[in-house]
Amino acid sequence: MAKFNKKKNDMPAVNTASLPDIVFMLLFFFMVTTTMKDSDLKVKQVLPKATETKKLEQKKLVSYIYVGKVPGKKGDFIQLNDKLASTKEIKNFILDKRTKVTESELPRLTTSIKADVNTDVGTIYDIKKELREVDALKINYSATTVSRKK
Amino acid sequence: MAKRDIPEINAGSMADIAFLLLIFFLVTTTMDIDAGIPRKLPPKQDKTQKPPDIKKKNAFIVNINKNGEILVSGGGIEGDGKYMTVEQLREEAKKFLDNGGGVGKDGKPCDYCEGKRLENSSVHPNRAVISIQSSRKTKHGVYVQVTNELVRAYNELREREAQKMYGESYESLKERAKKNPKNEMLKKKLESVKERFPMLLSEAEPAKIE
Repeated sequence: MAKFNKKKNDMPAVNTASLPDIVFMLLFFFMVTTTMKDSDLKVKQVLPKATETKKLEQKKLVSYIYVGKVPGKKGDFIQLNDKLASTKEIKNFILDKRTKVTESELPRLTTSIKADVNTDVGTIYDIKKELREVDALKINYSATTVSRKK
Repeated sequence: MAKRDIPEINAGSMADIAFLLLIFFLVTTTMDIDAGIPRKLPPKQDKTQKPPDIKKKNAFIVNINKNGEILVSGGGIEGDGKYMTVEQLREEAKKFLDNGGGVGKDGKPCDYCEGKRLENSSVHPNRAVISIQSSRKTKHGVYVQVTNELVRAYNELREREAQKMYGESYESLKERAKKNPKNEMLKKKLESVKERFPMLLSEAEPAKIE
């Protein structure tokens, strides 16, 4: 035992020169993976749970329609981009989105319906009807993914 | 003369600065991945066009009322209908799709079906239609839950077929086809599995009454 003690009397300080590198690496990872929420939710939402979900890739090609209740008000509300809207505005919203993508991407445009669990099906149906009018037929019922139970 | 050797810049606080930024991004990051059940809407129709005639035994009608109760009628269900829980729904839907009691669109019987081949249930998977109906006041949550179970019924049957045909799971087949979009073999394989159980899932206009 004594031998060991003799060998090193004072502990050398740990070299922390590479610490910034490590931290920077982490920093870049988070900077790259971060997606900032681009629109503030005005409607209150609890998404339904589902097992057969598919991830929405390429956010650029997805238009979001938020549906839910506004605290203190009766009925369901629709939110497009940053503000509350009526069902009639959906058509323009979709057509507007179409102008922002290239022609080859047009068939891959998807509409994600993010609706609260307590929304009436009637409201959702009205939205779907508007979407059919403008031939935006690829939709996605937004849901939280849960794993299958046997 | 000035000092020759420039003193080294103290980089000790570099870590602190980086940490500060790191913490900022850690806090603002939302890792939620957007996911959902993909569906396809039917193209818009003329009002004059009549819906196609579907025999009662080939239609599995799921009716959800405003209280979230599920009544199933049509293919394979005795009498006027049966109340079901969401869990039962999937099994019943699978029985209905997998029945294979007659001949399909091409006039051939379903040789891969493993159902009971009942007289009063669907004749062939390519003729079996599942229809979801609801009241306007039905909750979206229940509606999505029901849709999910029915989509799952299709997926489980396709899974079975994929195992039978290629000894590979449907999920991994889909995954591989997506990763190699130029591979025609994979695409054909995937299509042949899908074709065995085409997803004929219709969402009807909600009833105004109730």
